[in-house]
Amino acid sequence: MTIDWSWISGHTDDLTTLTVSHLQAALTAVFFGLLISLPLAVVAHRVRFLRGFLLGASNVLFTIPSIAIFVLLLPISGLTRTTTVIGLTVYTLVVLLRNTVEGLDSVPAKTKEAAKAMGTRPLRTLLTVELPLALPVIMAGVRIATVMSISLVSVATYIGDGGLGQLFTDGFQRNYPTPVIVGVALTLLLAVVADALLVALQYVLTPWKRRRA
Amino acid sequence: MYELFSNLGSWLTSGTQWSGSDGIAHRLAEHLQYSLLATLIATAIGLPLGLLIGHTGRGAFLAINLASFGRALPTVGLVVLVFLASGLSMTPVYVSLVALAVPAIVTNTYAGMTAVDPDVKDAARGQGMRGHQVLLHVELPLALPLIMTGLRLALIQVVATATIAAYVSFGGLGRYVFDGLAQRDLVQVLGGAVLVAAVAVVLDLGLAGLQRFLFRHRTA
Repeated sequence: MTIDWSWISGHTDDLTTLTVSHLQAALTAVFFGLLISLPLAVVAHRVRFLRGFLLGASNVLFTIPSIAIFVLLLPISGLTRTTTVIGLTVYTLVVLLRNTVEGLDSVPAKTKEAAKAMGTRPLRTLLTVELPLALPVIMAGVRIATVMSISLVSVATYIGDGGLGQLFTDGFQRNYPTPVIVGVALTLLLAVVADALLVALQYVLTPWKRRRA
Repeated sequence: MYELFSNLGSWLTSGTQWSGSDGIAHRLAEHLQYSLLATLIATAIGLPLGLLIGHTGRGAFLAINLASFGRALPTVGLVVLVFLASGLSMTPVYVSLVALAVPAIVTNTYAGMTAVDPDVKDAARGQGMRGHQVLLHVELPLALPLIMTGLRLALIQVVATATIAAYVSFGGLGRYVFDGLAQRDLVQVLGGAVLVAAVAVVLDLGLAGLQRFLFRHRTA
């Protein structure tokens, strides 16, 4: 199994398009995942009864195979990018929700009491005290969700999308390994780069962690 | 939409759909066979590796990074790659499923081993236990709940992903998904997806119950 380098140099435009489309699908999913799981996590953190229900429900969603989620969405959103993004978003929920709840749990009660004693309103406490302190744990979840989404986008190749995953179908149908190797390599590269960027982002967002370290 | 679901209902419940070599019962058995065998092979590789890393404390870097590598590796790409390299056999299916399951098993086994109280290990050594005795009689039993969690996670992921067997022309429940997609038969596609999801959910709940029953006397 040899790599045909001339194929790669002849297809740089296609590879760029697919990589951009791949990354776009994964990042959109993580964005919507955060948008949904942040408020849900705040609710799960405050209301004990809903906590078990929400975490349990997201766990069940996670056991549903990704191909099944994409397929089950077909009657609703068809063979479109929307189906890909919804499917991936569902997958990010379990990680993001659990980590955000755990992050909020990890904020010391005394810190919250201090904020209350200083007359800070609950919403302000949440935004300026609790969420920033929960950030390291939330970011750990964002990193896992991002890497996972980048890898899962290729499953959507079965429903005609899939970014770099299209290279797998292409290579498979033509019995030609080069696109497949390139697709796997680019997916891994995207995951590593995205993860490194998120580590850097966390470093920028949590200046108080730096002084201690 | 309603018609689709009623068709799906009759597809899932019709007797003819369940029998024969393309019947649900046969496909279900194939799916379970692929999943269980792959998880078994992955356990044979991942469990000793995780125990060794946890016991010796060497290679922790490997154990941690293996997890993110496993998450990042696209299974669809891997199965096609191994298929093109090895030709028409079950090898690509098992290689991909095992590659998917090993990281989850290693990292959870390692996590279970590191969670064992160092004082307990010291006490065992103080009583004159040898390294392998500490491992087998102290560390392993204490790490067992987390090891089980890892196995459960691995099995669920493998069951969900075993649909790829059909992509490289073998059986299992993925057959309905890929045949249905090729024939534009949405009912069949949905039927396959529902069955895979049901198997995954039922296995996960069953194993969770078993885990709770086995470790019912433990507080933590």
